[in-house]
Amino acid sequence: MRYAVRGRAIFDGLDVDIAPGRITAIMGPSGVGKTTLLRLVTGQLIADSGSVLVAGENIGELRGEALYALRRRMGMLFQNGALLTDLSVFENVAFPLREHTNLPERLIRQLVLTKLEAVGLRGAAGLMPAELSGGMNRRVALARAIVMDPEILIYDEPFVGLDPISLGVIRRLIRRLNDTLGLTSILVSHDVHEVTTLADSVYLLSGGTVAARGSPSELQTNPSEIVRQFIGGLADGPVPFHFPAPDYFDELLSRSGPR
Amino acid sequence: MTVLGELRKSLVDTLEELGAISRFLIQLILYAPRALLRFDLIARQVFDSGALSLVITMLSGLFMGMVLGLQGYQLLRRFGSEDALGTAAAIGLVRELGPVITALLFAGRAGTALASELGLMRATDQISAMEMMAVDPVRRVVVPRFLGGVIAMPLLSVIFCVIGLYGAQLVGVQLMGVDSGSFWSQMQAAVQLRDIREGLTKSCIFGIACSLIAVHQGYNATPTAEGVGRATTRTVVRSAVVVLFLDYLLTSAFL
Repeated sequence: MRYAVRGRAIFDGLDVDIAPGRITAIMGPSGVGKTTLLRLVTGQLIADSGSVLVAGENIGELRGEALYALRRRMGMLFQNGALLTDLSVFENVAFPLREHTNLPERLIRQLVLTKLEAVGLRGAAGLMPAELSGGMNRRVALARAIVMDPEILIYDEPFVGLDPISLGVIRRLIRRLNDTLGLTSILVSHDVHEVTTLADSVYLLSGGTVAARGSPSELQTNPSEIVRQFIGGLADGPVPFHFPAPDYFDELLSRSGPR
Repeated sequence: MTVLGELRKSLVDTLEELGAISRFLIQLILYAPRALLRFDLIARQVFDSGALSLVITMLSGLFMGMVLGLQGYQLLRRFGSEDALGTAAAIGLVRELGPVITALLFAGRAGTALASELGLMRATDQISAMEMMAVDPVRRVVVPRFLGGVIAMPLLSVIFCVIGLYGAQLVGVQLMGVDSGSFWSQMQAAVQLRDIREGLTKSCIFGIACSLIAVHQGYNATPTAEGVGRATTRTVVRSAVVVLFLDYLLTSAFL
């Protein structure tokens, strides 16, 4: 698959296969296009060439109701939760049910409370998003993402900015939901430690294509330079520390250039 | 780039913007009948937009009416026709000042709130989240806000006119001593249904224009703090210019 923005290729020759029923992590340095890949998977962006097959359908070719029908089989946890700020926690979780079903209020209430109980926030049902901590916010978003019982669950940087307790809670929830609901989970993250303890398989992206793939243990022993730099957190390597720039001393002595 | 080149680019940009906003309006109109089935969403937006602008509309109406009373009295006294103050104030308010000033106030208060709310929804991924939940954000979020603004504007305009007339009466009758009977009876005799129709038509069209500009700017805002700020500013500036331009066209049409 190829995808470019204003002529600059973000992905060129990318080939990723997500195994059903497992947690697959997409990793890579910042700016490599991890979130862009998720947007391609969800049909928010369309590949320039090649195809993105979701449940056997080329999502790039779907429009309108067909696209929405496929999206109803997916759930997504955004990096910041993306809760609707004018609705309470309860109403946020109930939102997809109210929009897509004609279930009686009693049943909606039971479903919402069940999902909130699953993420440990039944007691916060009456709170507004502004009253939640970052971790709680993401757990509510997770409850909302699973309320329609999706087959595929997508997580965009679920561990960013969380304290160790919230991080542990989210990690356990991702594993438990995947196993108990039989989901296919796609996890985008650059948190090496969390991903290696949670994911079943990992894709490491670099330079617009797959730099390495395999189980977390296989990745740990991969001899590739980019993998060594990423896993070891090395400042310099294939991903340079310095952004491309003119010669340092020439620029210091020069009177022109950026200020 | 030459001056001619810049002018051409500016013209092309303006035409593109006009085309985009026209397409957006057609989309909103096509979605509107189904949106009316969920009137609770629209009622909430009428309340939000209306309540947001109610206090400034009432205050501005009162002061506008008082100024009209004062200026009108000074002018009419020169011709010995102070008794026509009620007529002058009513015609001025109902046909012109009510719809125009209400629209400008609405753009400054509710319009900016609409634009920044939608812009922030985009910046915080709420719009993307809706799309991911297979909910069309235009249907669910934009159309109710648009219709709420369209409905709220004539209501606010009527309130502005009523309070404005009270303000004119307060100054003209209570302070300047114009005869109360003449004030009200001349007004009643002179103001015709077509004047009220003109005012209401104007406020409905201004409501469509201001709400459209606000939701279009907000929904298409660049998802950054700067982008949301720019969308909010553009909402006020464009609404003000469009309202005054439309006012000229409509006044010409009604003459």
